[in-house]
Amino acid sequence: MATNKKRFMQGNEACAEGAFYAGCTFFAGYPITPSTEVMEISSSRLPKTGGVFIQMEDEIASICAITGASLGGRKSMTATSGPGFSLMQEGLGFACMAEVPIVIINVMRSGPSTGFPTGPSQSDVMQAKWGTHGDHPAIVLIPASVEEIFYETIRAFNLAEIYRTPVIVLYDEIIGHMREAVTIPQPGEVEVVNRVKPTCAPSEYKPYDTTLGDIAPLAAYGEGYRFHVTGLYHGADGFPTNNTKLIEEAGQRLVRKVEDNKERIWKNEEYFLDDAEIGIFAYGVSARSAKFAVRELRKKGIKAGLLRPLTIWPFPDSAVDALAERVKTIIVPEMNLGQIVHEVERVARGRCEVKGIFRVDTEPIKPAQIIEKILGNGPMPSAPVSPTDSNMSEMLIERDMLDG
Amino acid sequence: MSTPAEEAKPLAKKKKKVPFDYSPYIRGGKLPHIWCPGCGHGIVLKSLLRAVHASGTSQNDVAMVSGIGCSSRTPGYVDFNTLHTLHGRAITYATGLKMANPKLKVLVITGDGDALAIGGNHFIHACRRNLDLTILVYNNFTYGMTSGQTSPTTTQGKISTTGRHGNIDPPFDTCTLAKAAGATYVARGTAYHFQELEKIIFDAFMHKGTSVVDIIDACPTYYGKYNKYASATDMMEQLEKDGTVSVKQAEKLTPEELEGKLLRGVLHRSERPEYSEEYGKLVTSLQSKK
Amino acid sequence: MAVVEKEKRIFRIEIDPRLCKACVICVDFCPTDVLMINGNTVAVKNLDACNGCQLCDNRCPDFAIQVFEE
Repeated sequence: MATNKKRFMQGNEACAEGAFYAGCTFFAGYPITPSTEVMEISSSRLPKTGGVFIQMEDEIASICAITGASLGGRKSMTATSGPGFSLMQEGLGFACMAEVPIVIINVMRSGPSTGFPTGPSQSDVMQAKWGTHGDHPAIVLIPASVEEIFYETIRAFNLAEIYRTPVIVLYDEIIGHMREAVTIPQPGEVEVVNRVKPTCAPSEYKPYDTTLGDIAPLAAYGEGYRFHVTGLYHGADGFPTNNTKLIEEAGQRLVRKVEDNKERIWKNEEYFLDDAEIGIFAYGVSARSAKFAVRELRKKGIKAGLLRPLTIWPFPDSAVDALAERVKTIIVPEMNLGQIVHEVERVARGRCEVKGIFRVDTEPIKPAQIIEKILGNGPMPSAPVSPTDSNMSEMLIERDMLDG
Repeated sequence: MSTPAEEAKPLAKKKKKVPFDYSPYIRGGKLPHIWCPGCGHGIVLKSLLRAVHASGTSQNDVAMVSGIGCSSRTPGYVDFNTLHTLHGRAITYATGLKMANPKLKVLVITGDGDALAIGGNHFIHACRRNLDLTILVYNNFTYGMTSGQTSPTTTQGKISTTGRHGNIDPPFDTCTLAKAAGATYVARGTAYHFQELEKIIFDAFMHKGTSVVDIIDACPTYYGKYNKYASATDMMEQLEKDGTVSVKQAEKLTPEELEGKLLRGVLHRSERPEYSEEYGKLVTSLQSKK
Repeated sequence: MAVVEKEKRIFRIEIDPRLCKACVICVDFCPTDVLMINGNTVAVKNLDACNGCQLCDNRCPDFAIQVFEE
């Protein structure tokens, strides 16, 4: 029996490995820091395995090319950062509307504009939900470690195939470029989902037929099912419509197919939440500092706990709702000037205090900042909670921080 | 050479003229199309369907990808694998689709604004790669869908809703641009010369590599109205018949006589490795190293 | 030299009034003046004159007119 190999790799490499594991055979992209390694690894691996790699002229072309490739029957993805993700918004909306499974990796960097390209950030969390115009579904995953990038990329492909919709994986530059050990599972060990294909006669096929549910089977071009796809509102047969009743139905269904299934899409980690009086709601790299802070606070006898979403969209309303019900305060550390904190406030509905910790200097939020916020102006704990930058990186590669 | 027996056939036995049957290629119930009375796009579509028919390609193996604009509504009417995408982006979706399944014959239907303004970057890069795409630019010198604004091919001095005092922007020549960017088949046709157009589209469709056909057709509703053309017919005669000369005719004309006229026919043809085949070779060579 | 009398060829013109947009292109380009506009659609004015050239079909943007030889 083959043994699973443990490999030391970068977050961006884990992303590419996760994609290949999930069956991705098409990558189109445009170089941009700090996501380029995903593209470079794809360019090396895909031609060797019979997949397709193509470097496009910009990010607009990249997201459109993977959408075309997905309609050609291939699991497809692109990877980008900041400005590139902004350019992709148009193509993202098309894939939502046309219900084409694609995966978009956005390794978040400092913005707006060119910002600080090598500096991490978490400021695209709202853009990932609302960046493209019009009401649309959004599934956005937000891993916090290199190994988690591997598994969440697989999950992204699975969700894209199940819900026939684009799925975005967001992680910040720190995890993207950080190296950690990843155990790559054997084929078959982790579930890989493929889109449902039609079984009806080609003449009967309707690409948006919802008589059996909100998500219709998707044929590939060239398989004999000659169907029409458009970014215009369309009926079950895929052809444009100006029938207001059909438009209303299609618009509702598009969002509903994800909203109605959010319990299947949500994934959270809870850490010391059972008796917590202070909850920290943190995601991505900030959650790693939050976890460290929880441990330190517990040592001081402070009942702190962490709620960490791995799915940031659809927003984990019910988990935050339960948290707001039982804690006095929720702390939301984010490497932006306050984005997800407003979602937490919305769900908390004033039942508890919601406080943000924000920074945009491209430095990660450190455990000491979180502890300080919780302790107020009280005495600082004696543990090394205000690490120097050098021991910060050591702390970040400490595996047990995420394993609890 | 015909035999004497054939020559002796009485005229009455001559094969009866039968019109081309478009119905296998038109999706049931989708006509009438949205194009205005006198718009040339329908004429171009008919030449296109005859060309695809002549190629003998199965409809299952033809993909038609378009952007946004009047011409880009074409895929909704025809029974192929059809994809109506974003403004300017048809070529990028087509590139992904062709690379995902190189067996498909991929037609790109685009307009002058779609291909050369918002999609200009994709257009030149497609030509550079020489991926096997047949790019048909329906060039009516205006944005018809948004009611007649200046496009990248609008002739200088012409009136549009965004060039009310006469256009001062120098236009692109689709063919010169395509050739310079590396397209390996470049031609121009018009809706007026429907038979020649059919032949050109056939050649472009059969050509292996990026082929670009600039197709001059009329927008009587906007370009025609603002620029005081009497009718659709008048536009076809002035812009398509008199406004163009075939490559062959042009050889006999002086530069003065050619002034202001567009060349018609095959303007450039070259052989260069086709992109999806080159990629296939790369895959084969890497896999044989294993 | 024997004179062979040219047999008269007869044509049938089919017009689909649901598709015709009366753009007049076929009327204008018909070399033998067979067609006319009647209200919102094209109509046959002089079928006898039709020589079956099919210019009307080939230049019809609307798939609305076809010429068959009887």
